[in-house]
Amino acid sequence: MRRIAAPSLIFGLIILLPLAAMVSLTLGTVDISLADGLNAIVGNSSSAQINTILFDIRLPRILLAISVGAVLASTGAVMQGLFRNPLADPSLIGVSSGASVGASLMIVTTGGFIQVGALMGLSLVALGAFLGGFAATLLVYRLATSNIGTSVTTMLLAGIAIGALAGALNSLLSYFSDNDMLRQISLWQMGNLSGASWAKVSIMGVVTVLLLVSFPRESKALNALLLGESEARHLGIDVQRVKRRLIVLTALGVGVSVALAGLVGFVGLIIPHMVRLVIGPDHRWLIPASALAGATLLVIADSLARIVVIPAELPTGILTALLGAPFFVALLLQQRKDV
Amino acid sequence: MTMLADNISLHLSGFDLLRNISLEVQAGKVTAIVGPNGAGKSSLLKVLTGEMAPTKGEVRLNHRLLDEWPLLEKAQMLGVLPQHTMLNFPFTANEVVGLGRIPHQTGLVKDRQIVSDALDLVDGSYLQKRFYTQMSGGEKQRVQLARVLAQIWQPSAIGEQFLVLDEPTSAFDLSHQKLTLDIVRQLAEKGVGVVMVLHDLNLAARCADNLVVFDGGVIAAQGTPEEVLTERLIDKVFGVKSIIAQHPVTKRPLVIT
Repeated sequence: MRRIAAPSLIFGLIILLPLAAMVSLTLGTVDISLADGLNAIVGNSSSAQINTILFDIRLPRILLAISVGAVLASTGAVMQGLFRNPLADPSLIGVSSGASVGASLMIVTTGGFIQVGALMGLSLVALGAFLGGFAATLLVYRLATSNIGTSVTTMLLAGIAIGALAGALNSLLSYFSDNDMLRQISLWQMGNLSGASWAKVSIMGVVTVLLLVSFPRESKALNALLLGESEARHLGIDVQRVKRRLIVLTALGVGVSVALAGLVGFVGLIIPHMVRLVIGPDHRWLIPASALAGATLLVIADSLARIVVIPAELPTGILTALLGAPFFVALLLQQRKDV
Repeated sequence: MTMLADNISLHLSGFDLLRNISLEVQAGKVTAIVGPNGAGKSSLLKVLTGEMAPTKGEVRLNHRLLDEWPLLEKAQMLGVLPQHTMLNFPFTANEVVGLGRIPHQTGLVKDRQIVSDALDLVDGSYLQKRFYTQMSGGEKQRVQLARVLAQIWQPSAIGEQFLVLDEPTSAFDLSHQKLTLDIVRQLAEKGVGVVMVLHDLNLAARCADNLVVFDGGVIAAQGTPEEVLTERLIDKVFGVKSIIAQHPVTKRPLVIT
């Protein structure tokens, strides 16, 4: 497949993302024209209702979509590099399955309705998801680490094992839940941005900035790691330190994303893969381009989620897969033709 | 200055892979290691490059214990070409060779020049923009060779440089085998110490200053090719009857089997 120069793709996405975000502002159960929306943002809006919709509902939701999309796609790129497998994704290290158990456990034990005011409006479900995800990753990492270092292969297998265990626990919890809990669990697992608030946006924003500042420092190491671990070591890379840092950052990023937005699938697996097909595997470009593409996809998917079944809403996770899968298939077909 | 293995033994899962090996790789010389499959050649390279810690003995690079060198400084002195590299991502040849410049801070322009020169040296200029994943075995091996050449392209201020090659010619046709040996000789003349595992005794005889014969985890013989290559030794180590003649042009020993 012919490559596109990485700067052109990044430039295109930098234009596309704000456009998508602006259009997204106007979409939803209540129609707001772009002019009204922009007026409200610069501070001279006439209607209090429009203000509420924009600032309390849509803007935080769009910002959450941007940061969750950027985090899921960039951690996906990092994991695919670390595991030297173009089909790896962040869930491989157990973070999603662990988060799923944590969330289900909270839904079943508390009903999930209790809001913890002290934690800035974050629900117990989010807290459970984050703790579950982080604990599972820690377990997978410890299982794969011996005194000679962390084995990526063992980590992959441990991730599958912990994933299976988490799946069983999840089914068990679902079995013991009533109808309402069951619905909450499955909705959470579909991934949803509708609960966005400024509190969530600020937490997610801090994590996103942390990741996007830290990842580029490891891009050369990730490039070297694609050759193999001992090859990277011979190029002067402290492989164990790089692995530990990237896994902790990924667990943090994906853990918080999943806690705040549920399981939004597809973005972490497919976006970096698609971006790599287009611009090549150099992580210095792959990571920022994936972050931008992931953010754009999630903004578009979430906008559609709000309008396809008005006045109701679809969970965002369904839309990401519906949108991305055909695009991905088209890219694969294109690649097959070129070989 | 040298790369020195001092009385190395390596035990792994109950097997003695190496027993009391002492070997000195001198800067500016070519050391070739030959021996039957499983004799411990690659294990020695792994110990020499710090990939495996020896059970007993020590390895020194330019007089300092190998694991006392900071990783980055070590990478500026020591290039290592493994037998196989599993690279499944579609880097171009330029990008792969560019990875060899990671330990250096010479800047984009200089690095680009070195990458292009290194590819040129291995007869790989036409591969520059081609995808690694779509290359033939020999092309891949040449690109990897160019990568480690780019890594030690310029002399290092820290110490003498060494290049470790594990069967660098295994996938090469006749002309590229010769090219590799020419490159190795040129490097040695520039002061780089080269140590490589080879299977072809005649290739080894042609380019080695020091020939090391491995058998069952110990060194069976070492010295100049003329000293080492005897009909008795080849029979003992490889179990093959042979005649040692002299190459009419290079005057090096020629093993005829």
